[in-house]
Amino acid sequence: MAVSTRPRQAFVIAGVLGLALSATACGTGDDKKSSDAGSAECAAYEKYGDNDGKKVSIYASIRDAEADLLERSWEQFTKCTGIEIDYEGSGEFEAQLPVRVDGGNAPDIAFVPQPGLVKRFADAGKLKSLGADTKAMAEQNMPADWLKYGTVNGTLYGVPLGANVKSFVWYSPKTFKEKGWEVPTSWDQLVALSDKIAASGMKPWCAGVESGDATGWPATDWIEDLMLRTQTPEVYDQWTTHAIPFNDPRVAEAVDRAGSILKNEKYMNGGFGGVKSITTTSFQEAGVPITNGKCAMHRQASFYANQFPEGTKVAEDGDAFAFYFPAIDPAKGKPVLGAGEFVVAYADRPEVQAVQTYLASGEYVNSRAKLGNWLTANNKLDIANVASPIDKLSVQILQDKSAVFRFDGSDLMPAGVGAGTFWKGMVDWLNGKPTAPVLQGIENSWPK
Amino acid sequence: MDFADEQPKLLMLMYGLIAFVVVVGGLLLLLDVVPAWFARRREAQLVAASASGAPLPRRRKQREGLFALFFLLPTVLLLTVGLVVPAIRTTMLSFMDRSSNDWVGLGNYEWMFSDGSIVRVLINTLVWVLLVPLVAASFGLLYAVLVDKARFEAVAKSLIFLPMAISFVGASIIWKFVYAYRGEGDQIGLLNQIVVSLGGEPKQWLLESPLNTLLLIVIMIWIQAGFAMVVLSAAIKAIPADIVEAARLDGVTPWQMFWQITMPSIRPALIVVVVTLSIATLKVFDIVRTATNGNYDTSVIANEMYNQAFRYGESGQGSALAVFLFVLVIPVVIYQIRNLRQQREG
Amino acid sequence: MTTATPTVAVGSQETDAPRTTAGRVRKRLNSRTATLVSIVIAVLWTIPTFGLFISSLRPEDEIKTTGWWTAFTNPQFTLENYQQVLFGQSSSSGQLAGYFINSLAITIPSVLFPLAFAALAAYALAWIKFRGRDWLYIAIFALQIVPLQMALVPLLKFFSTGVTLGGVTLMPAWDLVDEQKFAQVWFAHTCFALPFAVFLLHNFISQLPGDLMEAARVDGATHPRIFRTIVLPLITPALAAFGIFQFLWVWNDLLVALIFAGGTAETAPLTVKLAEMAGTRGNEWQRLTAGAFVSIVVPLTVFLSLQRYFVRGLLAGSVKG
Repeated sequence: MAVSTRPRQAFVIAGVLGLALSATACGTGDDKKSSDAGSAECAAYEKYGDNDGKKVSIYASIRDAEADLLERSWEQFTKCTGIEIDYEGSGEFEAQLPVRVDGGNAPDIAFVPQPGLVKRFADAGKLKSLGADTKAMAEQNMPADWLKYGTVNGTLYGVPLGANVKSFVWYSPKTFKEKGWEVPTSWDQLVALSDKIAASGMKPWCAGVESGDATGWPATDWIEDLMLRTQTPEVYDQWTTHAIPFNDPRVAEAVDRAGSILKNEKYMNGGFGGVKSITTTSFQEAGVPITNGKCAMHRQASFYANQFPEGTKVAEDGDAFAFYFPAIDPAKGKPVLGAGEFVVAYADRPEVQAVQTYLASGEYVNSRAKLGNWLTANNKLDIANVASPIDKLSVQILQDKSAVFRFDGSDLMPAGVGAGTFWKGMVDWLNGKPTAPVLQGIENSWPK
Repeated sequence: MDFADEQPKLLMLMYGLIAFVVVVGGLLLLLDVVPAWFARRREAQLVAASASGAPLPRRRKQREGLFALFFLLPTVLLLTVGLVVPAIRTTMLSFMDRSSNDWVGLGNYEWMFSDGSIVRVLINTLVWVLLVPLVAASFGLLYAVLVDKARFEAVAKSLIFLPMAISFVGASIIWKFVYAYRGEGDQIGLLNQIVVSLGGEPKQWLLESPLNTLLLIVIMIWIQAGFAMVVLSAAIKAIPADIVEAARLDGVTPWQMFWQITMPSIRPALIVVVVTLSIATLKVFDIVRTATNGNYDTSVIANEMYNQAFRYGESGQGSALAVFLFVLVIPVVIYQIRNLRQQREG
Repeated sequence: MTTATPTVAVGSQETDAPRTTAGRVRKRLNSRTATLVSIVIAVLWTIPTFGLFISSLRPEDEIKTTGWWTAFTNPQFTLENYQQVLFGQSSSSGQLAGYFINSLAITIPSVLFPLAFAALAAYALAWIKFRGRDWLYIAIFALQIVPLQMALVPLLKFFSTGVTLGGVTLMPAWDLVDEQKFAQVWFAHTCFALPFAVFLLHNFISQLPGDLMEAARVDGATHPRIFRTIVLPLITPALAAFGIFQFLWVWNDLLVALIFAGGTAETAPLTVKLAEMAGTRGNEWQRLTAGAFVSIVVPLTVFLSLQRYFVRGLLAGSVKG
């Protein structure tokens, strides 16, 4: 049996090698102790208790440069409390989170952008309700209509974090000035301006809904914005909760009104071709033509500011800026469509709750806002910390008492509709399918 | 790159390799040492038995089974944990609602066959599984015959096989680039550029059903033809020379030669190709997801299953689609059983 | 893997017949036409990849506004894209080097384990007689169709909660952190690879000449001994063939790695990072093209260098010996 000894020898040698290597690895790793508690700048963090050396994992859909800013935003917290935050961002977030949770491998905290998904986890009993400190902090800092979206069956599970305003139309102040166009403040002015631009030989609008496996979502924003403009906020709520059917005539009215711009060959699609090119134009590229004079207006949320080419000045007197998407009937108030993400927890260890509380606090939102490209509905946010003009405008709109705020409807619906048939239906609709069968199809797909 | 960051990973890799040596080596060792020990004992027993005149102990049959058990143990254990349990669970979930709490009978299956868009998905899958194995195998065979014994054979084969090395996602990105459309300015997609230079109007290829499904199938064929080509080419080379010679002496035409000698000889290889391609096609997921995300009537079962089960939280409906995939493979399984029977007899 | 494959039994398959049927068909088909057609096919097959390669060498603006073929009339090339993708220091660009190591650490054991287990199983299914072996083989074959997506949640549960039966803990939870999670990925990949591996290797092993085994049995060799000394050397080509398949599959996998290793820089493979670059930056073609090419290079090298074995392995596996 010559073979019998060889594997054993190999094992012993390899084992020794392995031990030696791991010893050196340990030697280099452990020399820095994290907490800096006690220094003056850490005074504000004492309330988060003694959790030095603890780890909290966070999982979200925020990636890339945005994620870098996110990780920088809680550096001070980590320094003072010693709580280390393991952040992971994924483009597959919505599909992966349920898998991880069902598989018993949930993160401590997740930032969920869909109230519908928060409800799904809460109903399944996966979420921890908030600790007393977090709850107090959230209720003190967050507007009630936002908290409502993080509440399931009377229990608050999700604390709103970031926010964005969707009722914006991007345009080029420079071009508008050169051509002598006025920023429209009513629906009629908007249509009149569109006709005027179209008559001048330029396509007034550009749009794009291609977004990988989320293709279609920008079109649903259009529909939601027009639901809020052609109907009352109450009807909007009935629509998102399926108290009225998806193919209700009032929904059809809103869709057709959106179609009067989106599916109008005279208006669409500056810089890309005809109406049909909307479905294949990526949402990131879609608004860029307003900076090179191929398109005049692009309806998209505040976060679109990051998509312009480098060197574009995003300001009221710059190359690109946004105006409020005007209301149709001023008597119905000033509707604002927005969205954001909610902090939910799958664990209730003290350090997890400390992080949750911190994320709802004024210290955090101002620390994050200072880094730029971010806003929140949190009322502790000091507008002086918001640097970019578009974010400033957004915060003003969010804090405007006369505005009627509603959350993105597709995020409120069950995912099968809101992230499924509604998206796909809009793609078909833009591709030429008439309104009625599209709405009928979505209605049929609503989970019974 | 900071080497210190990479060290634990390499260490882990080494542990993995050590584990491999220990597990596999250990298993073989066990199988070698233990029977040897038993053999010695049996020998001793035999000696003792023959001395005392008692009947000889017979154990050979049992030992065969024991060997089989140890040879199969790792595979069976892993498959049970990794695939059998999930398959059973999926089948059960397919009869339950989305929260996996209440039984709904055949509800999810009714949904599957009554919802227009899902029926479309089923039809698409059928088109895929009929076309891909057929076209990829034909192309592979044609090419294998064409380049056989040619001077540039090795290079030519590598070129066709190259797409196999690219991930499905990568391949889909490459083809999306080919199909790309620009409404204004220069075309950046090759296909539209060709159309334009021939005087045509550029088109949005991926929007037009049912053409778009065929264009996605092209991607799969592009990837898999190389596999078919390599296997079939190898089979062609393996046809014994004397058979060919005999046929030639009988004066058969090349056409007859192909159908009467080549085709029957490479039949086993053809079966491997078609079976493998059929199963791969039934499970195709990344291509559709990357290229169109199932929009414009291009979705297939695996894609829809993923959407339903993971993105929409409809685990019942997603599972029903998965079970339907199991059902679709039954004909292939029956065919394999027949093959195996023939082989065992022959 | 050595080239010293004993040429005992596989004989007839390795002879290079001077005149094969196909060769004759080709000659009759007017060899010039055949050459032409094969060149056309080869070019068609290569153009998409070639276009990607050219694009990866072009500056950003050029990629986005003009087709890659214009690079021939108006050549503007740069290595900037590769520079950015490979060594970019902000985490928004590539830093692919670290992910590269992850890919290697994931792939190597994920190829070795199924290879060994499947070879053992295939041998037992082909050459050890026991009751129900045909059914077992068919069952393993049929498991190929189980979509691995449906296996994710149960398998993840298996790792995170362990196995308990009637209150008795048969296996505790794994509780792995950081790079230890590679073990989960190896495990998962091994499970998912086994049905196809057993199918392929069984095809091959069952075709080995029976008299060889019989002779060894008569000499008193046990199954492990036959497996080690006779079968293993003979199936080296088939092992290489499956090894390449599995390597390509694992290297290019995205889903399994994301679920079982997570998407952080400590454990995520190259594909996760590439998908990320495509996803957040759908319009950044310049990074995407360069990144895609970087990920192709390794499997391509592996394939080209092992191609010889691959062809022989599949050949012998699929042809009746």
